[in-house]
Parts: sequence; C-alpha cells; structure tokens
Amino acid sequence: MPAVRETVETVRSIDVDAYKYGFVTDIESDKAPKGLREDTVRFISAKKNEPAWLTEWRLDAYRRWLTMREPTWARVDYPPIAYQELYYYSAPKSTEGPRSLAEVDPELLRTYEKLGIPLREQEVLAGVQNARVAVDAVFDSVSVVTTFKEELAKAGVIFCPISEAVQNHPELVPKYLGSVVPVTDNFYATLNSAVFSDGSFVYIPPGVRCPMELSTYFRINEQNTGQFERTLIIADKGSYVSYLEGCTAPKRDENQLHAAVVELIALEDAEIKYSTVQNWYPGDAEGRGGIYNFVTKRGDCREARAKISWTQVETGSAITWKYPSCILRGDESRGEFYSIAISNGRQQVDSGTKMIHLGKNTTSRIISKGIAAGRSENTYRGQVSAHRRASGARNFTNCDSLLIGDRCGAHTVPYIEARNHSAVFEHEATTSKISEDQLFYCMQRGLSGEEATALIVNGFVRDVLQQLPMEFAVEAQKLIAVSLEGSVG
Amino acid sequence: MSTEITQIRTPAEKALISLYTSEKDRLPGNDAVKALRTEAFAEFERSGLPHRRIESWHYTDLRSQLRDAAPLFTAGSSEFEDSLRHVQPKIPEGYALVLLDGVFVPELSDLDDLPEGVSVCSLADVLAKGDAALVERLAPKGLGTGDPALSLNAALMQGGVVVDVAPGTEVAKPLILLSVMSAGALHAAYHRSLVRIGAGAKLTLFEIVDAVEIGSNQQNGAVVIEVGDGAEVEHLTRISRQGADAVIINSVLASLGANCQYDGFALIADGGLVRRQIFLRFNGEHSTAGIRGLSLLSGKRHADTTLVVDHAMPHCTSREYFKHIVADEATGVYQGKVIVRPHAQKTDGAMKSRALLLSDSASMFNKPELEIFADDVVCGHGATVAQLDEDQLFYLRSRGLPRGEAEQLLLEAFAAEAVEKVRNEGARERLLTYVSDWLAARK
Repeated sequence: MPAVRETVETVRSIDVDAYKYGFVTDIESDKAPKGLREDTVRFISAKKNEPAWLTEWRLDAYRRWLTMREPTWARVDYPPIAYQELYYYSAPKSTEGPRSLAEVDPELLRTYEKLGIPLREQEVLAGVQNARVAVDAVFDSVSVVTTFKEELAKAGVIFCPISEAVQNHPELVPKYLGSVVPVTDNFYATLNSAVFSDGSFVYIPPGVRCPMELSTYFRINEQNTGQFERTLIIADKGSYVSYLEGCTAPKRDENQLHAAVVELIALEDAEIKYSTVQNWYPGDAEGRGGIYNFVTKRGDCREARAKISWTQVETGSAITWKYPSCILRGDESRGEFYSIAISNGRQQVDSGTKMIHLGKNTTSRIISKGIAAGRSENTYRGQVSAHRRASGARNFTNCDSLLIGDRCGAHTVPYIEARNHSAVFEHEATTSKISEDQLFYCMQRGLSGEEATALIVNGFVRDVLQQLPMEFAVEAQKLIAVSLEGSVG
Repeated sequence: MSTEITQIRTPAEKALISLYTSEKDRLPGNDAVKALRTEAFAEFERSGLPHRRIESWHYTDLRSQLRDAAPLFTAGSSEFEDSLRHVQPKIPEGYALVLLDGVFVPELSDLDDLPEGVSVCSLADVLAKGDAALVERLAPKGLGTGDPALSLNAALMQGGVVVDVAPGTEVAKPLILLSVMSAGALHAAYHRSLVRIGAGAKLTLFEIVDAVEIGSNQQNGAVVIEVGDGAEVEHLTRISRQGADAVIINSVLASLGANCQYDGFALIADGGLVRRQIFLRFNGEHSTAGIRGLSLLSGKRHADTTLVVDHAMPHCTSREYFKHIVADEATGVYQGKVIVRPHAQKTDGAMKSRALLLSDSASMFNKPELEIFADDVVCGHGATVAQLDEDQLFYLRSRGLPRGEAEQLLLEAFAAEAVEKVRNEGARERLLTYVSDWLAARK
C-alpha cells in the first residue's frame, strides 16, 4: 500500500511548524484605499476597465449590502469584523498583462514554485506521470497567469480570468453572472458581488470533453486585505469538465477575510466536477490569526440529465462557513457532495451542503466526513429538500464524525424536507472516536500513536479521497496528516 | 446598518397580552409566584410567538398559524358531572387525576383510593403557599429555558397537580393525568404538573389530552418529571378528540437521576396543530431513556415533535424512535437534538425518525441533530422519508390481497414497530387497535 507508506513518511517528515505555506512574498502591490465606499467599488470597476452594466451591478450589490446583516446562525464564534479596516483590492504591481511566463515577475514565479504549483506548461506534478493541468493563478486580487491557454482554445474551451472574460465574452458573462447566486443571496455573496476582483471563468462548448484538468490557485499575500474572487463555470450541452481549486495564505497574526462566490451552470447532459483542497492559514494553536473563509458555492443543474459533483477537503482556515450546493432543476439531474473537513487547534468549521430537488427523478448523494481534534468545533449543516413537483427525488446522506481528544466538538445539523410523497430520502450519521482496538493493533505492529492515527483517519476518509482527481488525492492525503499533527497524546 | 427590527404584534400576540393583563391577578400564587409570572411573561413579550426564525420552531410557525389566542374559561361546577360522564368511559383503569380546563378538580379524581406512598396536591395550592423550593422545581433550570411556549405556560398556568411517589413505592395501576377541555365556546387552558418519583420507585404515568366534545380548543400543558435514582418510569401520552382547529402544546421536562429508566411514548393522531416538546437531561450516571412516538396525520393537521436530550453525565444511554404516517395535506415535523457534554464519556445515543408519505400534498420535515463534545461516545441518527414500497405491495398483491388491504397491512406493520416497545400491555393493545381503526377509517 503505497498510500500508507506515503502517509507515514509525511508524518515523519513534518517540520516543527506544520503550516508550510506561511511565508510572505515581498512584492510591490497596488492597493485600493482602505475601507469600503461607493468609490472603492468604482475604483475596482475602473481598474478592470469594466463595462457600465457591471459597474452598476456592483453598485447595486453594494447598496443592498449596506442594508444586510451578517448571518449569525452558524456555529462559529468570532469578534466583529471591521469591514472598513480592510483593503478591498490589491494587485502585484508589475502585472500589466504579461504576454508569456517570461514577463511574469520572477518573485511571483518563485512563490508558486515554493507552493508546488506548476506554472510552466511542460512541468509535471511529482508522483503522477503525464498529468497535465491548466492553471489559473490568482494572487491577492488579480489573476497573474493562466497556462495552456492555446491548447484549450483549440478545443474551444475558454479558460481565463473573469476580468478578461468580461471584456472578451459579452455574450456569456452577463447572461450567466449572478444567475445561480443572485446579488442579494446572502451577506457575504452580496459583498463579493460589490467588490469581487478576479477569479476564473470557464466555458466548455457543447459536446466537448475538456482535454485536461483545469485548476485555479488562490493565494492571499498582502496584509489587511480581503480576497473576493468570483468563479463562473458553464458547461454547455453534453460537455464535461473537471476543475480543481487550491488556496494558501501567509501566516499572520491578524484574521483575514475571504469571501468568494462560485457559480456552476450545467446544461443538458453536461457534467461538472469541482474539487477543492482548502488550505488557508488556520491560525496558530492559540487561535491567533488565520483566514475567515466565508464562501458561497452553488451549482445549477439547469437542464435535463446534468450532473454536478462537489468534492472538498477542508483543512485550513480559522473559520469555515461554506455550503457548496446543488439546485437540481433539470429532470433526472444529479448532485453529489463529498467532503472531508478536518479541524484542529482552535479552528471552527461549519460546512455542509444543500440539495434542492426541483426536477423530476433527480438524485443526490452526500458523503461527509468530519474530523475534530484539539479544541476545534466541527459542524456539518446540510439541507435536502424536495419540491412538490419533484416526483421521484432520491437522496442518500451519510455523515460521519470522528473525535480525537476530549476538548473538541462534532455536530450534525441536517434539515430533511420532503414535500412530495414519491421522494425517498435516507439520512444516517454517526459520531465516534478512533477505536482503541484499532490503535492498539497498529501500534502493536510498530507504528507510533501519531502514525497510527493518520493511518486510521485516512481509512475513515477514503470514500471521499477516491473522488478526488489523482493529483489532488496525493496532496490531500499529505494534508490530512499535517493537519492532525500534534493532536495525539 | 444593524437596526433592530421592531416586531409587529400579531392579533394573537395582542390577545395574549390583554389576556395576561386581565387575568394575572386572578391566577393562583403569592407575591413571589406573581413576580415569576411577570418575569416569564416579559420574556414571552420579548420573543413573541415562536416563528421560523427561531431555530427550534423552524417548521412550526406559530406566529403565522395561530390566528387568535382564546380566552381562559372554567366550566361551572354543575357541568363537572356532565363532563365526567362523557370522559370516564374512555379512561383506562388506574388512578385518575383530572384537570378540567387547566384546573385540578379533586371531586373528579380518584384521591381516596391512592395507594400508600403516593400523595397528590393541587398546583394552585402550592402556588398560593409559594413554597420557594417547590416553586423552583416547577421550572427546572436548563430544561427548555427561553422557549416561548414554556414562558407563556409559566406566566399563565392556572392549575395542575404535584404528585409525589415515595422512594421504593411500586404503583401497581397507572396514574392517569387527564386534561380535559369542557364543551362550549373556544377557550384556552394552561396547566403545569410536577411528578416526583422517589428512588427505586416504579410508576406508569398516562397523560391524556382530551376534550368533552371535539372542538377547537387551545391547550398549553407542561409536565415536569423528576426520576429518582434507580426508579423506573413509563410515561405514555395520548392526544385525542381534538378538532381540526385545536392547538395543543405539550411539553415534558424530565430530569433523570442515576441508574434509572425512563420510557416515553406518545401517540399524536388528533388536533389541528400539535407541538410536542421534550426536554430531557441526565443528572446521574448509568441511566437509560427511551423516547418514542407515533404520529398518524390526516387532513390538514400539523404535528411537530421536538426533542432535546442532554447527556450531561457519563455512561448514559438514550434511544429515540419515531414513526410518522402523513396523509392528505398534513405536515409532520421531527426535530431531535442530542447533546453530549464534555465529560459525558461512554454515552450511547441512537435516534431514528422514519416517515411514510401517503399523498402528493403531504410534507415531512426531519431535523435530527447531534451536538457532541465528548470523544468516547457512540452516537448516531438515521432519518428516512419515503412512500410505501411498491415491491412489498406487489408481493402482497401477488398473494391475492387487494391493494387497499395490502397497504393497510404494511402501514400497520410500520406503525406497530413504534408501538412494540410500550411495556404496559393494556396500553399497547389499545394503541394497536387504535392504529388499525385509524387506518381503516382513512379509506
């Protein structure tokens, strides 16, 4: 079992300091004035040279945001956020549209090298042969580089920063932007609509199977900035795309805000597979610093037989508030949600999903594995609902929690709403600790307590790991070991 | 930006405020009790009627569903006999304690034949005397604190009983707490009872919510149960003969000692809007609680069962098992929350809620929650919503049963699973008969 060996080796090789991505890149940046006013919104819009409709759209969102209140229903606890003390836009200075990699600031390239992100097109990820991944790298508020553009263009696939898409694809962006997560959806989504800076845009034309994995890598670098990216993925009739998202941030004593919006649209017979490995800085053992990850992710199976699958590995962030959802509008459409949420130290995770069954014979599946260690709180919050007309709706939910140590908490809050008698919903949840017998068995064979725990945890989350693309599965497995560092004994 | 939204009072809320203002001096209690009532009502005024923004009332929006709050009404003594005649044949054998329109009526109750070790007194007397220690036990701390329906109950409670079962007493026949609404115009009753079961005692408690004639009454009743160390209690609840407009709120506040056993079962088949809420806490180790129930819902009924089971002590076991058959345009709600406190190691909790929807317009909302702070526990929950299995129907029909009969057979089996665990044999038989009658009458 190479995976086991890998895990054990990773556990062994962990530095004293578990978060490897906590360095700061010293790079000159161009920032918007501190705070949030109409001017800030106009500033961002002007920076991006946006058409008038989008500026208005942002301003409208901003005005709505002023009337909204921060949601408090999640099981997370944090001091009030001073929204006026944040920078809402920050961009590395030298990136006035690099034509090729050669023009990208070498400091940035080094950053991504350190993060292990292949920005050179011929590069191959460690351990995986012949895997090619097109990457869009987003640094603070802007996208710095997108690889493999030409090859993707040959297939008709559009993969570019959303700011570019706004300029070049007026036939697509206005039609779909905000159609899944409306401007007024919730406090953070509205804030994002007002100030979103960059993010990825993907369009897969009808009948095309995207020739490679698409990936976006988000990095927060600047101090006191919030990151507000916006991702829009459209899979036209009969197409397929697999999309990966990764994220890291430097170690800082302050809390940084990340409020992203992701919208997925799958048309007839299309399939979108969206995977996330979320590894924002989680704060130190005492809970100082770390990212507030308040993200709205939603997919819309708009037409018949569309399929959207979310896979997430949540290991970072001081606070995670995230519910990737599926609106199953098309008949026979399918939604899936696979999640591993690991919390350690003083992390707080409130995550889950929503499966909204609207069309006939729609199916969904939820597999959620929560692992709480240290003094963390880990909550699964999910909703499965069947509309009156959603005959034949089918859902299976399984959420398991594992507790490591007696100072953490694991909670399950499912909402199961059936308004149709032909709906069949099944829900099961368990909470337990790592069995002493299993630990004893592993340790008796020479593993240390920590190694044994990592091994058992990897077994616990295997159902979800299997859903990840290969490149990510390896990384996720390592991450799990790192996240649980120091939780035993 | 964060302006407080000023609440607009609904007609029912206004009616409740004027009801309290006009009745507060007439309600039993000394000054200390009056102060508690004022405090409880102030709390209710702050929260208003529960609505969907209050998490524990998410699916039962009383604010929009309660159109008007009914006045209090007590039947004259001449009507007692009359009421009794209507109700008595329906009461199972046992020691009956009768509350008429929320007020304890000793004349109708079996006080004289009470067995040794069981003593009963009227809540109104207790409140009038205002024995501080006893009054405090009527609202156990940490059980249902802040619940708007309970605050309203505490402010307006008209009567009830205080029952003491001495340690070691085995009460042979069931104790029946019968709360009856008299006939006549729409009226409301608020009552609260305290049942204390001493160490090692054994008791079967029947709680029956009934009416002299089917009408649109409003009842808000609460039973506080203290189970002593090593005691065994079976608590059966039945809500019957309530009109389609009746609003019934039935709360149970139970605290369990060590090594004891509490089994609750409730049948909800009547009433327009029924909210049953159980708050249970383990105060001692090695105790077991079983909370079960069956809802048979037809018409436009709305029945909500909400549980909060608080494992505050280690080595306790809880089992929650609920079945719902939802027909026509009815709505079933199940919310179960199991809390395992940081030191409650070796907790064993299992919760299950299963629903069958029989019509296109029936709805079922399930919210089984786990809130766990201890690591050495085994906790799980399961929830299902479905319709009758076509394969099973096909099997029965292929053996010659007509569709209707096949359905009835399957539904009976489904419901019987919930009833099976009822220990009191007589009650179990009656429940099963009731289920088949209800199913037969549906067609």
